[in-house]
Amino acid sequence: MILDRIPIDAIGVQERVDRICSRSIKKESKLQALDLALRMMDLTTLEGSDSAGKVRQLCNKAMHPYTELPNIPSVAAVCVYPNRVKLAKEILKDSAINVASVATAFPSGMSSLEIKLDDVRYAVQEGADEIDMVISRGAFLSGDYALVYDEIAQIKEACAHAHLKVILETGELGSLEHVRMASDLAMEAGADFIKTSTGKIQPAATMPVVLVMLQAIRDFHHKTGKTIGMKPAGGIRTSKQAIQYLVMVKEILGEKWLTPDLFRFGASSLANDVLMQWVKEKTGRYQSLNYFSND
Amino acid sequence: MSREQELLIIPKTYKNYVGGAFPRTESGRYYKLNSVDGKHLANVCLSTRKDIRNAVQVARKAQASWQNRTAYNQGQIIYRIAEILSGRRHQFEAELESLGYSKEVAQLELESAIDLIVYFAGWTDKVQQVFGAVNPVASHHFNFSRQEAVGVVGMLAPEAPALLGALAMLLPNMVAGNSSIIIASEKLALPLCTFAEVLETSDVPAGVVNILTGKKEELVGHFVSHMDVDALIADPTLSFELRKELEVGSTSNLKRLHFWATGCTVDEIHSTGKSVIENMAKSAKDPYRILDVQEVKTTWHPISE
Amino acid sequence: MGKRKDGPISVSKLFFKRLVRTINIIMSQKKSDSSTMPIHWEYAHAPESTDHVQYEMQYGLFIDGAFSDYDPSKSFDSVNPATGELLYQCTQADEKDVDTAVKAARKAYEEHWGSIKGSIRGKYLYRIARMLQERAREFAVLESLDGGKPIRESRDIDIPLAAAYFFYYAGWADKLAYAFPAKKVTPLGVCGQIIPWNFPLLMLAWKIAPALACGNTVVLKPAETTSLTALKFCELLQDIGLPNGVVNLITGPGQTGEYLVNHDGIDKIAFTGSTGVGKKIQQSIAGRNIKSTLELGGKGAYIIFEDASLNEAVEGIVNAIFFNQGHVCCAGSRLLVQEGVADRVIELLKQRMATLIVGDPLDKNTDVGAINSQNQLNTIQRYVDIGLEEGAECFQCEGNIPSSGFYFRPTLLTNVSQSSKVVQEEIFGPVLTVQTFRTTQEAIDKANNTPYGLANGIWTDKGSKIFHVGSQLRSGVVWSNTYNKFDPTSPFGGYKESGKGREGGVQGLAPYVHLESNVEAEI
Repeated sequence: MILDRIPIDAIGVQERVDRICSRSIKKESKLQALDLALRMMDLTTLEGSDSAGKVRQLCNKAMHPYTELPNIPSVAAVCVYPNRVKLAKEILKDSAINVASVATAFPSGMSSLEIKLDDVRYAVQEGADEIDMVISRGAFLSGDYALVYDEIAQIKEACAHAHLKVILETGELGSLEHVRMASDLAMEAGADFIKTSTGKIQPAATMPVVLVMLQAIRDFHHKTGKTIGMKPAGGIRTSKQAIQYLVMVKEILGEKWLTPDLFRFGASSLANDVLMQWVKEKTGRYQSLNYFSND
Repeated sequence: MSREQELLIIPKTYKNYVGGAFPRTESGRYYKLNSVDGKHLANVCLSTRKDIRNAVQVARKAQASWQNRTAYNQGQIIYRIAEILSGRRHQFEAELESLGYSKEVAQLELESAIDLIVYFAGWTDKVQQVFGAVNPVASHHFNFSRQEAVGVVGMLAPEAPALLGALAMLLPNMVAGNSSIIIASEKLALPLCTFAEVLETSDVPAGVVNILTGKKEELVGHFVSHMDVDALIADPTLSFELRKELEVGSTSNLKRLHFWATGCTVDEIHSTGKSVIENMAKSAKDPYRILDVQEVKTTWHPISE
Repeated sequence: MGKRKDGPISVSKLFFKRLVRTINIIMSQKKSDSSTMPIHWEYAHAPESTDHVQYEMQYGLFIDGAFSDYDPSKSFDSVNPATGELLYQCTQADEKDVDTAVKAARKAYEEHWGSIKGSIRGKYLYRIARMLQERAREFAVLESLDGGKPIRESRDIDIPLAAAYFFYYAGWADKLAYAFPAKKVTPLGVCGQIIPWNFPLLMLAWKIAPALACGNTVVLKPAETTSLTALKFCELLQDIGLPNGVVNLITGPGQTGEYLVNHDGIDKIAFTGSTGVGKKIQQSIAGRNIKSTLELGGKGAYIIFEDASLNEAVEGIVNAIFFNQGHVCCAGSRLLVQEGVADRVIELLKQRMATLIVGDPLDKNTDVGAINSQNQLNTIQRYVDIGLEEGAECFQCEGNIPSSGFYFRPTLLTNVSQSSKVVQEEIFGPVLTVQTFRTTQEAIDKANNTPYGLANGIWTDKGSKIFHVGSQLRSGVVWSNTYNKFDPTSPFGGYKESGKGREGGVQGLAPYVHLESNVEAEI
């Protein structure tokens, strides 16, 4: 296959982003967006200190984000390390919430392919519905695209039934052209989702990066008819940001992508901000974090 | 001199200078020029609308490549004119004297003309530096303005000084990157016609400068109505009627019209020639005239990784 | 797609993997319930508040520092183009009013403004800039109410830029000697200025700021349909205490402008508007020793080469032709796209157009507001009809547009050629013609094949091509990999029949000064 280098003008991208951010989302359209944002959330904990207790709290939060209000939807998935998958799966077994696991020597990806594949197989065995892998950025930046492609394709096989999200770690790629090329490469190699970041590197998800990735998804769909999902992760903390991303999805990809099947937010603190905004819209009162569980 | 002696000096036939060649006017019409002592000097072309048309055609063709030459090359070409004119200055001085100039004034005009050519030769690679700009816009863009040629320019040379007045119009236009069509002084037409020979033997590409002779009042209308002429230059000593005709007519395609004080009357040359030419030589050295016959082009480009 | 095949990346040995993946996708069809169905999501109405905005129902003229009484015998209406309803009424300045205004300007020039220190003039202009910034939201709402432009644009572009022009030229007032090396700089006197309805306050700023900075006084006529922000601006001038007569405002139709142009007391005319009127003005001032600057029409080409960043190029088109409903003299109204990418560009453009929201100018989500007047709406419709008669194919945005008021859907006309009327003439509406080209030279030739020369756009990823094409295009502005950008430091103006003179930048001072040689040294 031939990988096109698509020229991208970063200033032009920023202008499109600014225009998207100037959309004013109020009233019922805001409630709709908050509802959707919650349903699209991959509630995430990826710390070395993640204990069974921490995972339990996270899963509870995922199922019951805010007990004071009925009709608050649950999130799409919880995202944990492979050795916490089994526990999470058990707690969530009666819910529709998926368990996602990072794998492939997350977050650096600096290991052998065999170890990465084992990591993936282990997480899948433990019950993961979704696998969030990282690409080998070092190989990508040194031009070894074949290696990157090969890894993704083999990991996709190792995923079996599990959905594969491919983390590009855009904060390490250096340019929007690279983001675009890595997106194309990941989709060609078998990604079900492409994802911006591990959350361990700054900058994580940014609006320009997500715009470029969405355009890549749109063009891939145009070229192949295949529908790939998108997951910005890291740095998304406010409802306002989340809504701006939803505007971006709607205007770049269309409403077909406005579903948790095709768009996810990887975030931890975002959930409570969405809930606070939700309650504010319903009650008219500005909210305090004291009233929302900080699991 | 006896009649026989005069015939030994071969008199020159004066013609137009268009596209690097010396054609006669298409019309075949002419007017007579006499020397101050009343002797017939030459038959001069009375150019017409068609001569202007032909001149505009070749000027248009020559303009882009003249503009696209490097500034260094343009400067050398203009400087070369000075070299050649300098070598033939005595011929011009004699010609001016035959038209009634004093020896002193004729020499002064030639000296000033050569000076002026050298002066403008030095401007070609400085206009952008002095008058161009990089503009600090309040966004992530690199933005610069440069001077560009306006295109094909028509000129009505003042009646006097015969050569200096015309050069004061031609030189800023050459530096600007324009091609020129200039109507020579009616009464003092000969030196500019002879100057065409200088141009022809210099390195100025054919069509960049074109010289016509004739009556301004006959030709102004054809100049202003021509839709492929981009700008017109005239001297404010022109009659009010002709100036107004220029101003009204040049709106046909929004020609840029400028009145440059480059000349005087023939009588003034005879009476106060020295001071008039000294003043003219000084005021002609005005680089802002180059800007009059240029456009400002501003280019934007984003700055990003 | 535009391909730069300078670095083909072959991973062919893994090609077969894709087959495996396809099978995987089929095998892993996910459970689907109602919570994963895509939603239909429309942006709710998000109107800009008008509570804090006040304006009169009737206005007189602003002459010599004071508003005259509204004169019902000389009244004309200004409607809100978003609804077609009456917004306010103005007084039409007649010959006598114009004379009074010019005399007031002359008096202010001779007795004060023309001779005070540049630093003092600068301070007044700085004050104007600051005051505009303070009252920006109010001016933005008024501009949208009166002219129909989206609040997003009046808020983010028109008003901030107007303030920026005043701020920029304020700084020139005491530095003119540096703008014109070897020249003695003096003002011209009284400037008559006539501005259009597409950017009412911004055009006022473009005109008044440099004129005042150079020491001139002004009589300004806003467009008949958009006087409101100019009138409010005069209130602001009273607040900052600008000396009487320095700025005078005469409202009215074209006739009022003619009185101004024909008045013997003016030293300069600055006009922004159509080429037809510009030529007429130029004729009127012939033989009267009056300087002029003209900013006239345009028919900008928007050239997309096959190696361009197509997504940004498509977004650039939106800025080029749908900005301000296409009421922009420098609009990129002719798309020239290289054949290899033409289909994809048009496809992407149509997708983008589908997301444009046409409607209430005061809604913060509106992308394309109301056409300025019924007249202009008729003109645009007439051109599109002509295009269709000439065989063009027409694509328009779908979606609801308000039932009252003056609206026109963003429109693409394909299957047109150089000889089509819609390609040759300025439409001044949200209508883009689409042509293709094969080679760089063909693009340049087509772009230049017009009597206009205001602005053109180039989209390519190749730097050397930008400089080559840019140098060949005959226009005063070249936007490369961007479009419709404005800045006070950036000279703007046309080649050929798009006008003469520049506004903005150091070059924008020249039309407002008289220069005399100041070279004492031996040269």
